[in-house]
Amino acid sequence: MTARDLIPIAVLTLLAALLPLVVTSSPVLNFLVFMLIVALGAQGWNILGGFGGQFSFGHAAFFGTGAYVTAILQLRYGVNAWAGLVLAVAAGAAVGWVIGFLSFRSGLRGSYFALVTLAFAEVFRILANAASFTGGAAGLLIKLDVHPANLQFADRAVFYWLVLALVAAVLLLTRWIQRSRFGAQLVAVRENEDAAKALGVNSLTVKLRAIALSGGVTALSGCLYAQYFLYIDANIAYGSWISVELLLAPIIGGVGTVFGPVVGALTLHGLGEVAKQFAGRIPGIDLIVFGGVLVLAVAFARGGILGLLERLRDRGRGMVTRGPKEVSHAGR
Amino acid sequence: MYSPQIILEAALNGLMTGAVYALIALGLTLIYGVLHIINFAHGALLTCAMFAVWIAWAWLGMDPYLAILPLVPLMFVLGYGLQRFVIGPASHGDDGNILLVTLGLSIVLENLLLAVFQSDTRTLDTDYSFQVVALGPLLLSYPRLIGLGVAVVVTGLLWLVLNRTDTGKAIRAVAKEKLGANLVGIDVPHVYAVTFGLGCACLAVAAGLLMPTFYVNPRIGGAFVLVAFTVVVLGGMGSLPGALLGGLFIGVVESLCGLFLGDSLGQIGIFLIFIAVLLVRPTGLFGAKA
Repeated sequence: MTARDLIPIAVLTLLAALLPLVVTSSPVLNFLVFMLIVALGAQGWNILGGFGGQFSFGHAAFFGTGAYVTAILQLRYGVNAWAGLVLAVAAGAAVGWVIGFLSFRSGLRGSYFALVTLAFAEVFRILANAASFTGGAAGLLIKLDVHPANLQFADRAVFYWLVLALVAAVLLLTRWIQRSRFGAQLVAVRENEDAAKALGVNSLTVKLRAIALSGGVTALSGCLYAQYFLYIDANIAYGSWISVELLLAPIIGGVGTVFGPVVGALTLHGLGEVAKQFAGRIPGIDLIVFGGVLVLAVAFARGGILGLLERLRDRGRGMVTRGPKEVSHAGR
Repeated sequence: MYSPQIILEAALNGLMTGAVYALIALGLTLIYGVLHIINFAHGALLTCAMFAVWIAWAWLGMDPYLAILPLVPLMFVLGYGLQRFVIGPASHGDDGNILLVTLGLSIVLENLLLAVFQSDTRTLDTDYSFQVVALGPLLLSYPRLIGLGVAVVVTGLLWLVLNRTDTGKAIRAVAKEKLGANLVGIDVPHVYAVTFGLGCACLAVAAGLLMPTFYVNPRIGGAFVLVAFTVVVLGGMGSLPGALLGGLFIGVVESLCGLFLGDSLGQIGIFLIFIAVLLVRPTGLFGAKA
């Protein structure tokens, strides 16, 4: 990685870190924290779905695992919240590896992989909803005990900075993946698995690494969700809403790009808030916007917002418009 | 322990619920077989049809079975339009895109229904909702029995359409070899849209059969669509008899799991079968090659 790789990430993170100094309203900070948590989970999705081309429709399996592991460790075993966070990430990576091992070994790709991940998430949801160990349908309430050691802060801004720092760390991780040999192999598998294999890439290992990383990052976001809102149940943690959120953000922002998930999460939730302001109390209005934006993005902007910007820039310079396929390669 | 009679009754009830699953899956598998796409909007479209049946009953006083008759062409037109003017053009013929576009559509449809009807659960009641038919010592639900009969008839009709009409021939041609079909003068986008319309028309029938004994809310489609995916995968993607048998089988499995494991865990059997079939034999029990 070079300075050119690091500077944009550092500058954007610093700018975002200044926000709480300007904005002090709790609803706005809540919104920002939630959006960053979604962005973080979406970054996880993007490692597997964006760079690896394996579209998961069930990333709730990892998000929920992160949330439940951290909550259960604290509630049932009195484990420290920070240790819980680390273990949650490990659990997410392990679940990712197992799901990946089962489905990639059977050669599931494309729609079949999407379906099997969806089914795994549903199985987890039903189990968590039925077992008393996970609090059943009543869910789990993490005890309010504000102390940095418990990963609970009196000031919302501190949590915001924590999540922001982790988002920045994953931005760096993603940039590193993009520049690494592993990243190149992953993209090769996405573009043409058979050709990659013929060139000596062990596609199973590469995909397993990607899904474990992806699961770990998404579990981290689930863990932060539980830690911030202090309540989870099966329909929140393993619900299909989060699978959809985590997949929408990178696709809207720019699939397989470093900043795509963050841009997408920001855009979607920004639009959702605007729609809520305009339409008042109509339930589901933000989701109508999400769905509409998804269809439009697939129809007219296949590289997402970043891909669109890139094309506009190229056009402004008088260059030939890049096709959508090339934009996704450009890896912004 | 459970008496054999209870188990037999549960199995028969499951068989009858399974018939409706089969109808839903029939549409899904038809669309998959021809367009080679997984229609994520299938559940949301079913919810639309169920609300239409409810509206026909609540506002026009129409019997849910009777409501099927006008609803079938309506859903056909809706499906035709969606494929022709939204899904087809928006997805540029790429599988991953189609998955995303239909996902987007399902989110929009579901939440439009939520915006209009709120999240309340609605039911309709008819004179026959709770009627039972005695078969020896067994008591069978009358509306579900009708559901089973109609599902078998609709599968048969669909098979006739596919195998005995020119449109059906065109659909089969496109399913086998899109380019070749195009070369001999078949309008492929039209055939795609007709297939999608037929798949949606199956949902109209399923909705009419479900409503006398079931309820509707904007999120209900999600519960069915995963089951329908399971049926389709189990029966082999694109296979009509596979969908019928798969649907019946899944209905029985769900009913028996519900009996032995309780309602909250009942559906888990379905998903475990789903995962197992995907992992071991993704082409399904009746499917051709992958």
